[in-house]
Amino acid sequence: MSSPIISVAQNPRQTDPSGAPQGSPVQQDVGPEAPKSAVRQFLMSRSSGKAADTTFSAIMLMCALSIFAIVLFILFILIARSKLSLSQFGFKFFTRSAWDPVSGDFGAFSFIYGTLATSLLALLVAVPLALGVAVFLTELCPQKLRAPISFVTELLAAIPSIVYGLWALFVLVPIMRDQLGPVLTKYFGWTHLFNGYNFGLNLLSASIILAVMILPIISSIARDIMLAVPISQREGVLALGATRWEMIRMGVLRNARIGIVGAIILGLGRALGETMAVTMVIGNHPEIPKSLFSPGYTLASVIANEFSEATGDVYLSALIEIGLALFLVTIVVNVIARALVWAVTRGAPARAH
Amino acid sequence: MGVGIDVENLNAWYGSTHTLQDISLNIPANHATALIGPSGCGKSTFVRCLNRMHETNPIARATGIVKMGDVDIYQDANPVEIRRRVGMVFQRPNPFPTMSIYDNVASGLKLNGFRNRAILDETVERSLRAAALWDEVKDDLKKKSGASLSGGQQQRMCIARALAVDPEVLLMDEPASALDPVSTSKIEDLIFELKRQYTIVIVTHNMQQAARVAENTGFFLNGKMVEFDSTHKIFTNPKDKRTEDYITGRFG
Repeated sequence: MSSPIISVAQNPRQTDPSGAPQGSPVQQDVGPEAPKSAVRQFLMSRSSGKAADTTFSAIMLMCALSIFAIVLFILFILIARSKLSLSQFGFKFFTRSAWDPVSGDFGAFSFIYGTLATSLLALLVAVPLALGVAVFLTELCPQKLRAPISFVTELLAAIPSIVYGLWALFVLVPIMRDQLGPVLTKYFGWTHLFNGYNFGLNLLSASIILAVMILPIISSIARDIMLAVPISQREGVLALGATRWEMIRMGVLRNARIGIVGAIILGLGRALGETMAVTMVIGNHPEIPKSLFSPGYTLASVIANEFSEATGDVYLSALIEIGLALFLVTIVVNVIARALVWAVTRGAPARAH
Repeated sequence: MGVGIDVENLNAWYGSTHTLQDISLNIPANHATALIGPSGCGKSTFVRCLNRMHETNPIARATGIVKMGDVDIYQDANPVEIRRRVGMVFQRPNPFPTMSIYDNVASGLKLNGFRNRAILDETVERSLRAAALWDEVKDDLKKKSGASLSGGQQQRMCIARALAVDPEVLLMDEPASALDPVSTSKIEDLIFELKRQYTIVIVTHNMQQAARVAENTGFFLNGKMVEFDSTHKIFTNPKDKRTEDYITGRFG
């Protein structure tokens, strides 16, 4: 037995016969000749691994920093290569809508407008649909249908954008021109959004095809976020006498809102930069569209269309500055979206437990 | 005021597992009734059948007669109506993390479209007082998130949330099992107060807890109810050998 003082310190409940262990750990370690188990010998022979840990965290830090490096490098190249246009047009480049390669007069505003308009319209169409799909999949869908619907939704994300473009050109555009367009003009003409001559190649067609393309991203991320909301939250709301819709609203959507906004931001990111499909149906006309039936142009489309045929240094430089504009638009939109999330959720952590 | 519950031949299944077999008992109004038994014996399933929460699991099913007052909850009413009359407190506190303390407590009323500001304020205060939490949170009702409270406070807030809709029955599924002894004793004191106004059914692993708070106790084993009697009798002079073995700690 160890000495009484140690014994009390180690095991205050010594008087309780069932609580007292046979041999205290202190006693086992004291004897120098006490045999060591194989496990103990193995563990004692291992190094503390401090050097490996330090190296590992240094490598990880470099990986993280490389992201900044890449972003800064892109920004640097864009600025360096568009110097000519930057010095000639200055900040006005972003606010003027002239685009005349023949006389060498360039401004990006109509493209910025086209990019923002198509992307936001696409969100307007895609977000309700995507959330509907996600809610259906997580809350309402019979177990058997869940996997097939999820699979098809994710398949949509895997289709190359040129295929979407072809489909839009041969299916969506004729429908827009001959069937949907006239109906919209007839019933919603008073909004002035659906006026003017409608070729089918317009802002609305581009927005719809964008919406289809970003739908799977938003819905599959939103679905995963909603699945991560614990059952206890759903049951907590149901126990208060909630209907199924009230449970979805209060127990699921409310808890998942930050993740859902994140999903929307990702979708928006894709919409802003999407090039091919949009280029094929937007009509490629560098002017600020007057209605949803007017053709437009986006930042990405103009680069894709004109880069290979850009003659003259200023023209090329202006196109690269369009790239810079796209880069900045993406950053600004993301910052605004994050600020929005921050403002909505301040003081209320969204972490369900 | 509380209302009594008569259960006749209640059977419940999870998939093909027959979790509850022919349970019949009378739960008297304005009393606390404790359900004890080893893990997996069906006592939680039983209380979840009393507010039709059991069937929210797609593979779950229940048959039998559960009469709450004059209403057969499986025949005469839909689950939403039942749950508006029967409050429930879960094993692990489940505050709504995106809501303030105030909104957590008021959530049941707001959910049902209740908008009267003055009555909301009054109900939140009354419920928090009844749950013995008012003094601890009254200064940051709308500032703090419900999830920022300690575990014991969260659970009392969840009790307040259940009380705010003025239920007739309060179901408690091991309400103190995740809490420390101080919070546990607060919740037990609370149950003692609350049973004057509500019918309380409490599932517990803790036999002392059952003995302290409940007038009647039921012992469940393997999906059957072995014995149901006054708490005093169950703990001093049980009829069934298995009940005796369980309460003396020979198994479970």
